[in-house]
Amino acid sequence: MNVLNLLNAMPGAFAQGLIWGITAIGIYITYRILDVADLTVDGSICTGAAACIMMMLSGHNVYVSMLVATLAGMLTGLVTGLFHTFMGIPAILAGILTQLGLYSVNLKILGKANQAIGVEKYNLLVALRYIRNVPFYKNTIFVVAVCILLLVVILYWFFGTELGCSLRATGCNDRMSRAQGINTDFAKVLGLMISNGLVGLSGALLAQYQGFADVNMGRGAIVIGLAAVIIGEAVFGRIFHNFGFKLIGVALGSILYYIVFQTVVWMGLDPDLLKLLTALVVATFLAIPYWKGKYFTRANVKKGDHLNA
Amino acid sequence: MLEIKDVTKVFNPGTVNEKLALDHFSLTLEDGDFVTVIGGNGAGKSTMMNAISGVWAVDSGEIIIDGINVTKLPEHKRAKFLGRVFQDPMTGTAATMGIEENLALAKRRGRRRFLGSGITKKEREEYRELLKILDLGLENRLTSKVGLLSGGQRQALTLLMATLQKPKLLLLDEHTAALDPKTAAKVLETTEYIVNKDHLTTLMITHNMKDAITHGNRLIMMLDGRIILDIRGEEKKNLTVEDLLHKFEAVSGEEFANDKAILG
Repeated sequence: MNVLNLLNAMPGAFAQGLIWGITAIGIYITYRILDVADLTVDGSICTGAAACIMMMLSGHNVYVSMLVATLAGMLTGLVTGLFHTFMGIPAILAGILTQLGLYSVNLKILGKANQAIGVEKYNLLVALRYIRNVPFYKNTIFVVAVCILLLVVILYWFFGTELGCSLRATGCNDRMSRAQGINTDFAKVLGLMISNGLVGLSGALLAQYQGFADVNMGRGAIVIGLAAVIIGEAVFGRIFHNFGFKLIGVALGSILYYIVFQTVVWMGLDPDLLKLLTALVVATFLAIPYWKGKYFTRANVKKGDHLNA
Repeated sequence: MLEIKDVTKVFNPGTVNEKLALDHFSLTLEDGDFVTVIGGNGAGKSTMMNAISGVWAVDSGEIIIDGINVTKLPEHKRAKFLGRVFQDPMTGTAATMGIEENLALAKRRGRRRFLGSGITKKEREEYRELLKILDLGLENRLTSKVGLLSGGQRQALTLLMATLQKPKLLLLDEHTAALDPKTAAKVLETTEYIVNKDHLTTLMITHNMKDAITHGNRLIMMLDGRIILDIRGEEKKNLTVEDLLHKFEAVSGEEFANDKAILG
């Protein structure tokens, strides 16, 4: 167990954590703002990756490819949204259906199970190789960090607009929202599209970073993203109250997740067991607020106080 | 202002739980009417309000608000005409959003929502002034999350939200039922004030016969999805709870079996 090995792995963990941070921000929008657990993510992250890689392999510029990846992700969100609102399927099931369908779609986009892209031949925005010995503005960590800051600024602005507020209201109380004239179906579809657009973009960055898109790369993405959301809230929740900072907290949570991930690998844990570990960690963290409410709350009534309605 | 024509609604048709909630129900409200609605559990009071608001489609009949047939409009489009306050204080507001944000949502009822600012500086001042009406000190807590407010404060806020854009029709669905008597009286007082100030056409469901008699210019009593009593004008002014009970027994042939309505 050489500490230097661990330290060497850290920049990689940072880069990977940041890229997944974009997925985590997408998941935050559905899970926390819309109050929907959207399982589309497992499919849409790969859709974004596949769209980006295939666009680049056919000679398109990296920015155009990433834009197409984002739009492809939004399209998957639209499908889940319509399953849920127009067809009345419960949100979780709607996401699972889209995810399953996307497996075939992703295979068709890629043409085979795995497509590689070489960093020598293509002008990638991020890559494993762009972590050390490159000028800072080409460094993947810097590029993705700037990307996240930009996204946070845009999202912060958006959720302050009339449309953004109607989305937040829908997630909080949909009966009240309809009574105030908000089309809650539209708000839900829009939220799912924004979320999966971000996930698609994250997939596009991830595929460039690891140098390939694989049809199985999205497995468990929702859980990893949720882990990042939960870790981010647990660690930074008390410091960050502003919405923009909360989103940054989620991205930082994703970095923490990958640091822990690298550390347990370095400690010699069988990598095959990592998904099990992630699932257990997320399950535990999700249980904590429930247990707190069930076993550790006592009504905070002082003598002489009355519990008025 | 409001015309309900021959509306019928059956819940769970074809099952053992089939329930005829509105039975060829008709009601017409004039501009400025303040109508109180009473009736036992399952009489169809809330069903009538949900039919007006468009929570679901009615089976037959028509609903016309201010000359516009809204029978086929979805709930969020009818919201343009309606101000609504619900029985449960949790229902009328968004708990995780601030007081001013809730008001700003209500301010945009019936308008297109796009990328304009969710709340402007000018609005904040306007809301601060408006909240003073409630006399609950909320004008100094504009950014507080609504989830931190008490039930009475939330109902008062919902009332303000429902009337921020002057509605064609104000629907109050037992909006004081979940409050303690003192708070309920205060919210009712505020209701009376706002309704008079803006000259609002109002439908108010209440389980309290005394409130139903004291407020408004017309009283209707419902039973089994129909109106069985309709009292207005001078007759309403001189009405007592005893009169109402006698009338109910005469019309329905049974005793009014709701202690809460009589004693409350």
